[in-house]
Amino acid sequence: MTADAVLLSRLQFAFTIGYHILWPAYTIGVSGFIVLLNILWRRTKNPVYGDLLRFWIHLFALGFAMGVVTGLVLSYEIGTNWSVFADRTSNVIGPFFSYEVLTAFFLEAGSIGIMLFGMNRVGPGLHFFACLMVALGSVFSAFWILAANSWMQTPAGFTMDGDRFAVASWWHAVFTPSFPYRLAHMVVAAYLTGAFTVIGVMGWYLWRGQHLTFARAGFSVAMWAAALLAPLQILLGDMHGLNTLDYQPIKVAAMEGDWDTRSGQPLTLFGWPNMETERNDYAIDIPKLGSLILTHRWDGEVKGLKAVPREDRPYVPIVFWAFRLMVASGFALLAIAWFALLLRWRDRLFTTRWFHLICAFASPIGFFAILCGWTVTETGRQPWVVYGHLRTADAAASVTPHAIAGSFALFVIVYAVLLVAFFYYATKTVLAGPRARDPDQDPPAVRPGIDGAVGRGGH
Amino acid sequence: MEHALPVFFALVLAFGIGMYVIADGFDLGIGILFTLAPGDTERDEMMNSIAPVWDGNETWLVLGGTLLLGAFPVVYSVVLPSFYIPIMVMLFALIFRGIAFEFRFRASRFRIVWDWAFCLGSGLAALMQGMMLGSFIGGVAPAAVSGGGILDFLSGFAIASGLGTVAGYSLLGATWLILRTENTVQAFARRAAPWALGLTLAFIALISIWTPLIHQSIAHRWFSMPNIFYLSPVPLLTALLGFSIWRAIPRQREERPFILTILLFLLAYLGLGISIWPYAIPQSVTIWQAASSTPTLIFLGVGTLIFMPIVIGHLGYAHWVFRGKTTSNLYGH
Repeated sequence: MTADAVLLSRLQFAFTIGYHILWPAYTIGVSGFIVLLNILWRRTKNPVYGDLLRFWIHLFALGFAMGVVTGLVLSYEIGTNWSVFADRTSNVIGPFFSYEVLTAFFLEAGSIGIMLFGMNRVGPGLHFFACLMVALGSVFSAFWILAANSWMQTPAGFTMDGDRFAVASWWHAVFTPSFPYRLAHMVVAAYLTGAFTVIGVMGWYLWRGQHLTFARAGFSVAMWAAALLAPLQILLGDMHGLNTLDYQPIKVAAMEGDWDTRSGQPLTLFGWPNMETERNDYAIDIPKLGSLILTHRWDGEVKGLKAVPREDRPYVPIVFWAFRLMVASGFALLAIAWFALLLRWRDRLFTTRWFHLICAFASPIGFFAILCGWTVTETGRQPWVVYGHLRTADAAASVTPHAIAGSFALFVIVYAVLLVAFFYYATKTVLAGPRARDPDQDPPAVRPGIDGAVGRGGH
Repeated sequence: MEHALPVFFALVLAFGIGMYVIADGFDLGIGILFTLAPGDTERDEMMNSIAPVWDGNETWLVLGGTLLLGAFPVVYSVVLPSFYIPIMVMLFALIFRGIAFEFRFRASRFRIVWDWAFCLGSGLAALMQGMMLGSFIGGVAPAAVSGGGILDFLSGFAIASGLGTVAGYSLLGATWLILRTENTVQAFARRAAPWALGLTLAFIALISIWTPLIHQSIAHRWFSMPNIFYLSPVPLLTALLGFSIWRAIPRQREERPFILTILLFLLAYLGLGISIWPYAIPQSVTIWQAASSTPTLIFLGVGTLIFMPIVIGHLGYAHWVFRGKTTSNLYGH
């Protein structure tokens, strides 16, 4: 196939999987919050948690559907665009995807109807169980898909059978060296992003002075979660980075912008990695700090990009900058979450209105950080699709570039339309506010479908 | 073991695809009939009758794709690129019909947009699925291996097969509505069902005559001695089932048309299986040549045996919770 076809397939896959990951992150995060609300509601019997539960199930449904329709695309795109990859690796990671469907997607699919529409059809215990299964299913899905991804990053448990990968140990193929770190870092990222999704909506109500009891309860719970999750996520990120240093040192070199292998590596705060001259233009360096962070010693040796030939290096500027943006986003979330702790201690959490306004616009930060993080790890894996064993350029299907260009253009247009529509209906739902209480009242004015199922009243 | 495992997975895959065709078949069929329905209230009811279960129904399609990847990677990596255009069109179509479930209920001004997205998405997805089946039987994949073109999937036979699928799904959708709805929606379904039935039977007949003409070996399988004796009940049963559905549509027993339509689908599916067996890609790659390595199949087989019964039980329960007649709001009381 041509270089154009490979490039177009890469762009299309990056776009469709990058777009998709936002929704599983939303689904994992918000379903986790829904389970938490369920528990609080059952424990405290405070009806405000019931209101929050109904409201968030209603918003959850929108994002869940986005995840379903954009996820289906990926299960076929691996074949349509990356058939050589599928052919070579399927004996090892092929079953992971089937396991994902059997243990995760069907678990969600069998419970989602009851979660969204079943509140008045089944008892509260069974409804709670359905919510829990949806939340668990979303994490199981992350488990299998990250097992497959981690195998591509740090392949293990296999032998070569001609061109094809053959399995030697299932345990080692699933639990590859980077897998536990990647899984923990992604799942906590999703919970943190979910917490800030809630913080954004509740912060908006607080800033506008609407639905105050409702908004305060949700805001408070989500802020507690964020205050714990944000530092945990930074810690997990550091551990994940150290693991990457062991198994994919060139990726770390690209993240840090280190060209030469040396002890006492400086930390490059900012700069523009120049692939031609093999140095960083306009760099601001802090001496020896890079070695200290990565090896925890002032004079530790850190590998540079020049350790491998040019054709084995990723495109450094993207990895370098995506990494910085991810780290900055993470610390921004930590700052907001811990500032909220301070305000809470001073008893001003619900009265500091400028802070509510910041929170209202903080929701996208988590999603942005997730996109940056995936860009780091996936672009940093290049030029390999299976690290060290199969090059991305050799893995693509022989489809004519015109067809890929056509489908890519359509994906961009269709996904943009979907995003606009999602925000339109999500905003509409948020502006409508919490649904009125009394579950036994069956108002004739109720709108059909989800409105009718989850709460009262229409728009 | 090495011989039996691919057969086992061929059966699992056949089961998964069969579940998909029936379960998402009635979903897509309702979508195809959607804009023909008399009014907005009727459309609400139609959509509500499948809103709690459509995701589970579509998941069989994801299972099909991943089972191909896990158990028959040769099929996955050869057939999918050669169907690049119909697969992409199907995916876009399924995106629109899937998201319409969520957006339509929240829409007021743009409701008609999502009505049509649901309808056209369902119709186009059905058409593409049928066309891919048609060109799969017609042998497009081997052509693609030997450097075939991206448009090879288009043929008269494929289009006939695509239109037949649209008709068949409409019949499933209409008979589902007879079972699950009342009053104006049910009356509408009873008007639509005979049309869908007539078209479905016409396309089954057309494709049954056309298929043996394409492949000598398929003709030989059906018409040689003694196979013709064993297999002659298949077309006869099809005709009998068609007649029974037609009689059942206006009658009291509301579950009969739907159940008989499922039987009709299973019979056509069996006929397809008889024609294709033992190939994974018709006339060129057998299921043994297409299968993954034995350790891979064992690993996958263990999971399938453990989880498939749980999945079936769980989805069955989800359907049972929402049993009975659908109303225009989903409370159901």
